[in-house]
Amino acid sequence: MNASVLEALSLAPKVAAAPPAAVHIEATGVSKQYGAKGVLALDQVSLSVREGEFLSILGPSGCGKSTLLRCVAGLERPTGGEIRVHGEPVRKPPANMGVVFQRDVLLEWRSILDNMFLQVDFRGEPRGRYMERAHELLDLFGLKGFEKAFPAQLSGGMRQRAAICRALLANPDLLLMDEPFGALDALTRDQMNLELQKIWSASRRTILFVTHSIGEAVFLSDRVVVMSPRPGRIAMTLTIDLPRPRRMMVREMPEFALYCGQIRALFGDMGLLKDE
Amino acid sequence: MNDVSRLRRAWDMCAPTATIILMFVVWQVLVEAFHVRQVILPAPSAILEALAAQPGWFMQEGLYTMLTMLIGFGLAVVVGILLAILIVEVKLLENTLYALIAALNSVPKVAIAPLFVIWLGTGYGPKIAIAFLIAFFPIVIDSVLGLKSVSKEMLDLASSMRASQLAQFWRIRLPTALPSIFAGMKVGISLALVGTIVGEFVASDHGLGYIILTAQGTFETAQIFAANILLGAAGIVLFWGMTLLERRCVPWHASQRREA
Repeated sequence: MNASVLEALSLAPKVAAAPPAAVHIEATGVSKQYGAKGVLALDQVSLSVREGEFLSILGPSGCGKSTLLRCVAGLERPTGGEIRVHGEPVRKPPANMGVVFQRDVLLEWRSILDNMFLQVDFRGEPRGRYMERAHELLDLFGLKGFEKAFPAQLSGGMRQRAAICRALLANPDLLLMDEPFGALDALTRDQMNLELQKIWSASRRTILFVTHSIGEAVFLSDRVVVMSPRPGRIAMTLTIDLPRPRRMMVREMPEFALYCGQIRALFGDMGLLKDE
Repeated sequence: MNDVSRLRRAWDMCAPTATIILMFVVWQVLVEAFHVRQVILPAPSAILEALAAQPGWFMQEGLYTMLTMLIGFGLAVVVGILLAILIVEVKLLENTLYALIAALNSVPKVAIAPLFVIWLGTGYGPKIAIAFLIAFFPIVIDSVLGLKSVSKEMLDLASSMRASQLAQFWRIRLPTALPSIFAGMKVGISLALVGTIVGEFVASDHGLGYIILTAQGTFETAQIFAANILLGAAGIVLFWGMTLLERRCVPWHASQRREA
């Protein structure tokens, strides 16, 4: 499928709508270079994420999508440009943010409940204030009864659920997810997508979601930002106009297939997908 | 738990003890059957007699050795772990001090025991110093390995939670390193006992090492065996104690987990 066909189908990349008032994350001309003459991981990336938006950053390995997320999280400093969260330039990890990594990074010596309280313990706050919410989250993610279990006793999917609960405990208004389901099997991954959509719909916090799965990005997002391989640039921004809540069978709809096809065609143009 | 597994558990507990008892029985029988001379290989009964003849003396000298060993080992634990923390935190120290420690580790430490006698005299000092030195190396090296084994993602998580460096150390780095630190301490405590005995061999008028050396001079072979059996027992108890402490402190560690 080439660009002209897509245009004929009137599904060519839409120009993003005028930015609404409440901007949550604003990246302007963000570049990241490792070393003075090193690899250019990000090249002049500009991006604006609205409050309550579910935005996915999609791209092949090494396109700098994780680097962009890490810059938003304040874990890395861009070498050029600026990132603002709620209008404040990011110099260190912003408050009111939860991060979920590809690995669950649960502390093996803490029970599931204690793992959830890690940040509360870091802050030296009393746990009581968060206890009710902790149990609500565990309930929501099907971990009820596993409060006292240790990570080693849980399956990969349950561990990642616990990691999401941990990120959500302090009720952050921003959730950053760096390929959170990349290490899970396909079925568990689908299930996690559904659960993530459910909690996002319920609370409408902003989610910045990094993935290399086209289907996952289209299924979950309001907008998908597709990045090109090194140096990382934004190649396309796609607004996903599918009704919510989305059920699994949305994936069988022709519209869904067209969105995925558009992205695949772009990867084909980049020479990342050779389909002879 | 069913009867079979209970039986298995009981067998696991008793088998090592039974093996040791069997060894002593065979030893006794062989020595009597072949009329081996006492001075070459005393029978277990003769060793027991030697112990029973002067129980207070063995006890007193044994305690002296143990105390010396524990002081040396304790110092090695404190200094070793603190130094490991410094090495991990200060990049410059890793390339200088740690490299030096790793290089010195290959020097046979017992060979410098006589030096300590020259420096520190013949009292507690040189024995503590040797026990310390010999136990220090595995502790510092394993602790550094453990402290460095924290994954980058784990530290990213802590940073994203805006945790202070100190909080990260107590809540993440140290617990992650504990299994390695214990591995170092288990090796260290056995070595500390060796170091103490070597110190007592070089110059001493106390301790089990001293008993062994004087008994050698008077051909009291049974006394040498008695002291060695006490040392062996002490070594087992110390190692066992460390294992118990490890189970308490790092119950989550994989090597501690019992198969279900």
